[in-house]
Amino acid sequence: MNRAFLVLRDGRVFRGQPLGALGETWGEVIFNTAMSGYQEILTDPSYRGQIVAMTYPLIGNCGINGEDVESRKPWVNGFIVRECSPIASNFRSALSLDEYLRRHGVVGIQGIDTRALTHHLRDHGAQDGIISSVASDPADLSARARTLPGLIGRDLVAEVTVERAYTWSEGLWQLGRGYVAPPSPRFNVVAYDCGIKHNILRQLRMAGCEVTVVPAATSAEAVLEMRPHGVFLSNGPGDPEAVPYLIESVRRLLGRVPVFGICLGHQIMGLAGGGRTYKLKFGHHGANHPVKDLATGKVEITAQNHGFAVEPESVAGHGWEPTHVNLNDGTCEGLAHREWPAFSVQYHPEASPGPHDANYLFHRFTELMTRRGG
Amino acid sequence: MPKRTDLRKILIIGSGPIVIGQACEFDYSGTQALKALREEGFEVVLVNSNPATIMTDPELAQRTYVEPLTPEVVAKIIERERPEALLPTLGGQTGLNLAVALAEDGTLERFGVELIGAKLPAIRKAEDRQLFKQAMERIGQALPRSGYARSLDEARTIVRQVGYPAIIRPSFTLGGTGGSIAYGPDELEEAVRWGLQTSPVSTVLVEESVIGWKEFELEVMRDLADNVVIICSIENVDPMGVHTGDSVTVAPAQTLTDKEYQLMRDAAIAIIREIGVETGGSNIQFAVNPDDGRLVVIEMNPRVSRSSALASKATGFPIAKIAAKLAVGYTLDEIRNDITRETPASFEPAIDYCVVKFPRWAFEKFPEADRTLTTQMKSVGEVMAIGRTFKEALQKAVRSLEQDAWGLTLDRPVTDEELRHLLRVPTPDRVFAIGDAYRAGFTTQEVHALTRIDPWFLEGIREIVAFEPEIARAALADAEVMRRAKQLGFADRRIGALTGTTEAEVRRRRSAQGVVATFKMVDTCAAEFVAHTPYLYSTYEEEDEAPPTPRTKVVILGSGPNRIGQGVEFDYCCVHAAFALRDLGVEAIMVNCNPETVSTDYDTSDRLYFEPLTLEDVLNIVEKERPLGVVVQFGGQTPLKLAVPLREAGVPILGTSPDAIDRAEDRQRFNELITELGLRQAAGATARSLEEAQAIASSIGYPVLVRPSYVLGGRAMRIVYDAEDLREYMREAVQVSPAHPVLIDKFLEDAIEIDVDAVADAERVIVGGVMEHIEKAGVHSGDAACALPPYSLGEDQIETLRAQTKALAKALGVVGLINVQFAIRNETVYVLEVNPRASRTVPFVSKAIGLPLAKIATRAILGHSLEPYVAHDDRELTHIAVKESVFPFVKFPGVDAVLGPEMKSTGEVMGIDRDFRKAYLKSQIAAGSALPTSGKVFISVKNRDKRVVMTLAKRLVEMGFSLVATAGTARVLERHGMAVELVHKVAEGYGLNVIDLMKRGEIALLFNTPEDGRARQDSYLIRRTAVMQNVPYYLTVDGAQTAIGAIEALLKGEQQVQSLQEYHGGGA
Repeated sequence: MNRAFLVLRDGRVFRGQPLGALGETWGEVIFNTAMSGYQEILTDPSYRGQIVAMTYPLIGNCGINGEDVESRKPWVNGFIVRECSPIASNFRSALSLDEYLRRHGVVGIQGIDTRALTHHLRDHGAQDGIISSVASDPADLSARARTLPGLIGRDLVAEVTVERAYTWSEGLWQLGRGYVAPPSPRFNVVAYDCGIKHNILRQLRMAGCEVTVVPAATSAEAVLEMRPHGVFLSNGPGDPEAVPYLIESVRRLLGRVPVFGICLGHQIMGLAGGGRTYKLKFGHHGANHPVKDLATGKVEITAQNHGFAVEPESVAGHGWEPTHVNLNDGTCEGLAHREWPAFSVQYHPEASPGPHDANYLFHRFTELMTRRGG
Repeated sequence: MPKRTDLRKILIIGSGPIVIGQACEFDYSGTQALKALREEGFEVVLVNSNPATIMTDPELAQRTYVEPLTPEVVAKIIERERPEALLPTLGGQTGLNLAVALAEDGTLERFGVELIGAKLPAIRKAEDRQLFKQAMERIGQALPRSGYARSLDEARTIVRQVGYPAIIRPSFTLGGTGGSIAYGPDELEEAVRWGLQTSPVSTVLVEESVIGWKEFELEVMRDLADNVVIICSIENVDPMGVHTGDSVTVAPAQTLTDKEYQLMRDAAIAIIREIGVETGGSNIQFAVNPDDGRLVVIEMNPRVSRSSALASKATGFPIAKIAAKLAVGYTLDEIRNDITRETPASFEPAIDYCVVKFPRWAFEKFPEADRTLTTQMKSVGEVMAIGRTFKEALQKAVRSLEQDAWGLTLDRPVTDEELRHLLRVPTPDRVFAIGDAYRAGFTTQEVHALTRIDPWFLEGIREIVAFEPEIARAALADAEVMRRAKQLGFADRRIGALTGTTEAEVRRRRSAQGVVATFKMVDTCAAEFVAHTPYLYSTYEEEDEAPPTPRTKVVILGSGPNRIGQGVEFDYCCVHAAFALRDLGVEAIMVNCNPETVSTDYDTSDRLYFEPLTLEDVLNIVEKERPLGVVVQFGGQTPLKLAVPLREAGVPILGTSPDAIDRAEDRQRFNELITELGLRQAAGATARSLEEAQAIASSIGYPVLVRPSYVLGGRAMRIVYDAEDLREYMREAVQVSPAHPVLIDKFLEDAIEIDVDAVADAERVIVGGVMEHIEKAGVHSGDAACALPPYSLGEDQIETLRAQTKALAKALGVVGLINVQFAIRNETVYVLEVNPRASRTVPFVSKAIGLPLAKIATRAILGHSLEPYVAHDDRELTHIAVKESVFPFVKFPGVDAVLGPEMKSTGEVMGIDRDFRKAYLKSQIAAGSALPTSGKVFISVKNRDKRVVMTLAKRLVEMGFSLVATAGTARVLERHGMAVELVHKVAEGYGLNVIDLMKRGEIALLFNTPEDGRARQDSYLIRRTAVMQNVPYYLTVDGAQTAIGAIEALLKGEQQVQSLQEYHGGGA
């Protein structure tokens, strides 16, 4: 039987079998507790630099289809599952998960005790690790794992952002119809692409926004020249502090145009607003996190995928107030400025994968643009 | 929102006796709710007619009414107790229907009782299919196309639109009763007739068939702030067409992409909001077309259900407990998750294992019943198994069933043709047949075409089967192959069969290979947070995350899936054992695999192992935990079977020794015991061949009672009247052999039967209760009605029974519970059997006398003296309790309703009052037999009963009833000066007969004592019609006599209700 190893930076070794492409890969090992949506997770650019372990043990049951993608290709540095389904059973399935990973050169491992791994990461924190299906000695991998750089301070956005601006035209997915044609737009929105998920674009489009997607390094001036009704800051991988150029752009946009940020975009907003971010022990990656809207008191079940968070106290003095809080651990899930038309959330209202409870935020954005005379 | 302060007293209605479609899951949900509400400081009033429940323990509510679940009775309780609110969503369909009735008849309004959880309009919208359909249309949710029919003609019109096959669903029935599938016009006629008959409102829904579509369920919760969460998704392995209660199901859903799952989730949220269930759990069923993903809503239950119990056990999220808290005003985010303690209940559980539920059927009890699985539920219980993969969980589930199935095979030669049939027509055999189909070389494509089961599940079975040759080749030698086999869920016993060795040898080799079980936690969060409740399952992985504690601990073996003969009564005992251990400061470790139960609630014991009750799985736990010992006497036959093998494996058995158990079970040793004590038993002997059996029977004289040794619930027990009967029985019902002997006893005709339950420590025996059966010998004790204290025995007789029980308990060295069955004939007391373990009647006795027998038995087992309880030994009761049984005949067309020595009841009720006739009356009403006060009584009795029946008939006439009979009986009645309406015999085939009268609703009561043996076939249709038409019927003279007494009581005065606390002098 073929062997594969997963070796963590702190020396913990898991022995399993290869998944996807044969080879070696490294990245920050994190766990995701979503029970469905592995295809969306694989293609979410926010996972750049990370090896994703799925806590649900049976993955790949529905195979891979041509529709459920969040970008043009898988971005994860590696993939870990307890058992990859040898059969893909779904009317939309085009190929098996294993085949898909192989085609895209994604190295993975299966057959390990993913619950033990999760338990370890929960207790010892997310950390770098190596998957290898070519090495014969895990000791050698351990030595190398200790030298891996971690996520802090690395600009991973540069690896995933688009090279040239483009406009988005696809609406949301509907059963039997695929991605539908959106209504005609009422707003012009410029979206900074830090690794934007397609479903954000689809949601914006359905909410009546004509969306121009621009590279993360686009200057505030260049954006303003496009005379947008609003600016959107996308999700993306890694440490927000490692993207100073974008923080600077946002600082200059705030107060001049309505701004809405999601995930990394939320952290960038916090930093641009004068606050600080910090790294969570093992982050939030899943589809079941309860978030309370502090204005209405209502609870949303949210999709989450982040390793860094904004310190709410750090922005409090700069006119920002928390709008949403995570009920599991009290972390900041949303910010809004008292005067400027700007707000952001740490979680993923676009879902995909995950619950649709927070879709309303896209309308909140269009309302904000409407109030600004858009 | 905080807790409501305007409520003080809340009424909860339980679900009554265990019936098919409504089992002990509602004891689980009700118990959780009671605990939750008391924790919040509310005064709780409970009404439930089922004494075999934890929820009716007097400690759990301030007032516990074990009274019939009828609107009249509950109205009386409301009038007496004046609760401010009624929580209707926790007592199953029975509780909900009752709440609706009380709302509709104005009782709730009259006494100012508020419905909390779900209001009347919401219940109506969910329950009334027409309103539900309109509601779904408003929110754009598709349903299968359908229409309502009140007649066959209307049904035909609808079928022209929806096409064949068409589903026929009667309105307002339970567990799909009366539902069926029509593939063509002939079947339609039959299906619609049957459906109209079973529907209390004579309406059926005729629906587009979505047979073969994938079936899913979502468990949804909502709070008063309109927060909605999905607790669990469940996917049925058996596609649409098989009732979900009869389907193998899996959690979470396996074959949906996130896009499809979210569509379903959105739909569920929209539905609970539109229906308007304010708070609590609901269950919503969907069907998905596998070819294009089209989603349709099947139905919604606006209450906790069997599936919510399953979902609670599958996720660790206590749906009923949370539902109760939401009903009194809390919001989800205000309630903590018990398991993590840190995070709130407003989340959706993430699970990191696969759960398989497998139904348990009881067709062996009803050989005439059609085993085909349809839209009407037929199973009597279920098991749940947890594994890291579907394959592991499926194989664990199969061995949890305790049907001697250790692998996915029918274990008999089958032709390809037979296999095709078994795959196409769903029966309990289907999963096993799929395994054999793969062995016979079928492809997944073929199996899918025949079963319509999703290929993903089929491939799992294929993988299991495909690995068997590898096991046979190398498992014993190669640790990797062994590990893989265990990860696929193979039992040691199956590996033994495949490798030609014993289970014990496989275990030895496997341990040497270092392939041992690891235990993982069910924690609601996939290990994201620290869990504080050790709710565990075994698997074969790297890490074992639950090291044993250093405390003194005792393992309680549960009773496994509910079945006829072993149900909630034994779970009740196990739960009491756990409570007692915790009271004594001993760690209580529970092992069980039944998701419906209180015993598998994570806070019943200190540690819960959700595992099959097999030797292998129990040894894994014992080896890890190293307990003081294992308790086997509470869980019925399941743990008892394990007593000897466990002891042989060196495991200490606490309480009565396995040797004493053997002494009571082994015929030879038992005879010696009886002789030694100078007691008497019916003449009898053990036969190891047909010839021996015939010799024994003719020497002791017919009729004889025959049965296989070591059985529970009278399985295959029969009264045999002649040599021919005996030959037939030996040929068809049992395979007699030296290893499987058959017991033959003289049948004591017309004897009074008595059950005695007692508890013993090393020195003393306390008799809990002496119960006199209503029916004479010949009806299984589990089916017979009985009264405590006895209603016709003399003091001296009762004293003899008590003394004999004590002598037996002492001689056997019983420590814990003991049950003795006696018969009295011509003033002679015979010992029928001795069971040195918990009996089915323990909860009934405990409720009747106000002493928790199982709890004090546990104390005795742990070495504590029974001294504090001696006062209970001979206590005079000022009340009388009657137990009556409830039967599943209505679910099984073609099955005769007649009773015999083989147990057939699924549940029981208790009637309690100050006088026997009133108590009996309550038991009859509670069991669903609404005794009439006027009308026509049909009498048809066998010759030897004719004399007795005259007096009964006279009493009926005096009360104002009129009589109906066929010529033979009529002549006798007329000779005694009674007027009789004459009807034709059914067998005559012409003229008006009693069946016609019953169908017209003209018969108020039926007395029919069927002939013995084969002659009873003649009156079969009469009994069958009575069952279907819900005509109260009595099939023994004793039953008829007692029923007449009850009717007299009914005519005389108003019924009173009283709580157990009042009967036992505890409450004011």
